[in-house]
Amino acid sequence: MPSFELSGRTYETDEDGYLINLSDWNPEVAAYVATQESVNMTENHWEVINFLREYYEEYKIAPMIRILTKAIGKKLGKEKGNTKYLYDLYPGGPAKQACKIAGLPKPTGCV
Amino acid sequence: MADAHEVPEIHDDIETPALQPGSMGHLAPYPAVEKHMVPLNFPAARVPDWEKRGVEKLGEMLKKYRSLQVYMDICVKCGACADKCHYFLGTGDPNNMPVKRAELMRSVYRRYFTPAGRMFPGLVNAKDFDEEMLKQWFTYYHQCSQCRRCSVFCPYGIDTAEITMAAREIMDAIGVGHKYTTEIVAKVHDIGNNLGIPKPALSGTLQFLEDDMLENTGHEIKLPLDQEGAEVLLVAPSADFFSEPHIQSLMGYAKVFHQAGISYTISSYASEAANFGMFIGSYEQKKKISKRIAEQARALKVKRIVVGECGHAWRVAYSFWNTLNGPFDFLDNRYPVPQHICEFTHDLIGRGALTFDKEANDAYVVTMHDSCNVARASRMGPNPGGQFTIPRDLIRATCNHFVDMDEDTIFEKTLCCGGGGGLLTDELMDLRVKGTMPRVTALKKVMAEHKVNFLALICAICKAQFNKMLPMYGIPMDTVGGVHQLVSNAILLGKNKGIV
Repeated sequence: MPSFELSGRTYETDEDGYLINLSDWNPEVAAYVATQESVNMTENHWEVINFLREYYEEYKIAPMIRILTKAIGKKLGKEKGNTKYLYDLYPGGPAKQACKIAGLPKPTGCV
Repeated sequence: MADAHEVPEIHDDIETPALQPGSMGHLAPYPAVEKHMVPLNFPAARVPDWEKRGVEKLGEMLKKYRSLQVYMDICVKCGACADKCHYFLGTGDPNNMPVKRAELMRSVYRRYFTPAGRMFPGLVNAKDFDEEMLKQWFTYYHQCSQCRRCSVFCPYGIDTAEITMAAREIMDAIGVGHKYTTEIVAKVHDIGNNLGIPKPALSGTLQFLEDDMLENTGHEIKLPLDQEGAEVLLVAPSADFFSEPHIQSLMGYAKVFHQAGISYTISSYASEAANFGMFIGSYEQKKKISKRIAEQARALKVKRIVVGECGHAWRVAYSFWNTLNGPFDFLDNRYPVPQHICEFTHDLIGRGALTFDKEANDAYVVTMHDSCNVARASRMGPNPGGQFTIPRDLIRATCNHFVDMDEDTIFEKTLCCGGGGGLLTDELMDLRVKGTMPRVTALKKVMAEHKVNFLALICAICKAQFNKMLPMYGIPMDTVGGVHQLVSNAILLGKNKGIV
């Protein structure tokens, strides 16, 4: 099974680098995965990650994109509450790349 | 992320590429794992006597499916199919010519099931089902999207998709599965849909969209969940509850129901139209997945079942539901069983129940991408070719500007989006990028000649695939959308509500 080492700990991932054990996640892991993804984490990036994690905690699934954009719009200003802004933050896609950094499982299906 | 895929150059026309033998031989999908194989009643891992078991399974299938036996025997290698596969056109790998892909199975068939192949394998190019052959099968039977374009051109009507499905079924039977598809099927059995959206999340999502539509339209448009006694059970692909542009179509369906005054419900138990049992070629899985829908239709006491914008779901529903889970005689037989959402909306327009402000779509010059499973494996409505004319009628009813792409790339000759048949997975990205090239070529042509800026279609896989692919070819992501997205934009709410 693929894995990576960080601060003396081993983290197991799937073939695409998503954490196997969701409880392994911590901000240091997120920062490391973001570096691997060439995403430079700013405060606004963290807002997305925090929202994804809160939503997942409650619903056991990532939110529909529109729910995410609306939440981000509320937090960061209406002009940022759109899909384009999310793709500016996470060029690999809010569903896949942001979920990976947030330690959520990879969305499956026709996505 | 390593998204630096080599993007083919787009020429004026779709050209037959120079041969590049073995160029895609490295690209196989991730193998399935035990936790996904076991719930599907497949062996957890490759079985010890897999060579023998694989050949036995092929033998069983030849007996069970007369068509497969015919496809093994009848090909005369005329080559009509050779340049018809989008994956061949995009990759130049001869194993992606439909005839060569099928030959991977035919050579094994000859070895074990024909006298000449048993005695003189070298003379008839008969091959053992060995490690190398299994590797080729796993690779190239996962580079076919089961789109059946090649079958349109085959003088014998050989259905290569059926050969691909058979190969995948044989591999599953020996414990060699494909991760993406088996994980998804396992998730449907566990949670009810491909995405794994549990009921509370689905309920919250629908509530969110209702609020959103109220805010944007001023109308209380409902997305009811698990409502017993509704007239219609709406079965949509679960991507409609999650992704852009899919949810735009979901809101379109909701507005149509609202405006027509027809009660409907979504089901949390049968919250998936898609049926990946077809992609893995398993009759049992296909039956088990679609059974959820039949059960819910009975439990919720609906009179009709309407299927959302999902290509292969429509094939399964239209062509197989009755055999798999029929009869559906408990439904109202005055309506088609099942009914496609496009057919449903089309019928309402014909009866004067819906009116549109076409100018709402005036920003768009629209073209239509026919999705393979709708185009070549089903029909729609009472007339032949309805699967082509009905969605186009809806576009014309809701938009002022529509133009078709090159006639060799639409209707039954339509080109696959490059992500169908269970290949919409990231590890096959290189194949997806190359396989979409022929469609993008035809699209770019109408973009240049007619200023087309909207690619309308009725398939969740196509939407997701183009959403990812078009930007790689320099086309904006929001160029792709559903037919009911256009309906949603243009529908007039509130006036003359209900069927007249």
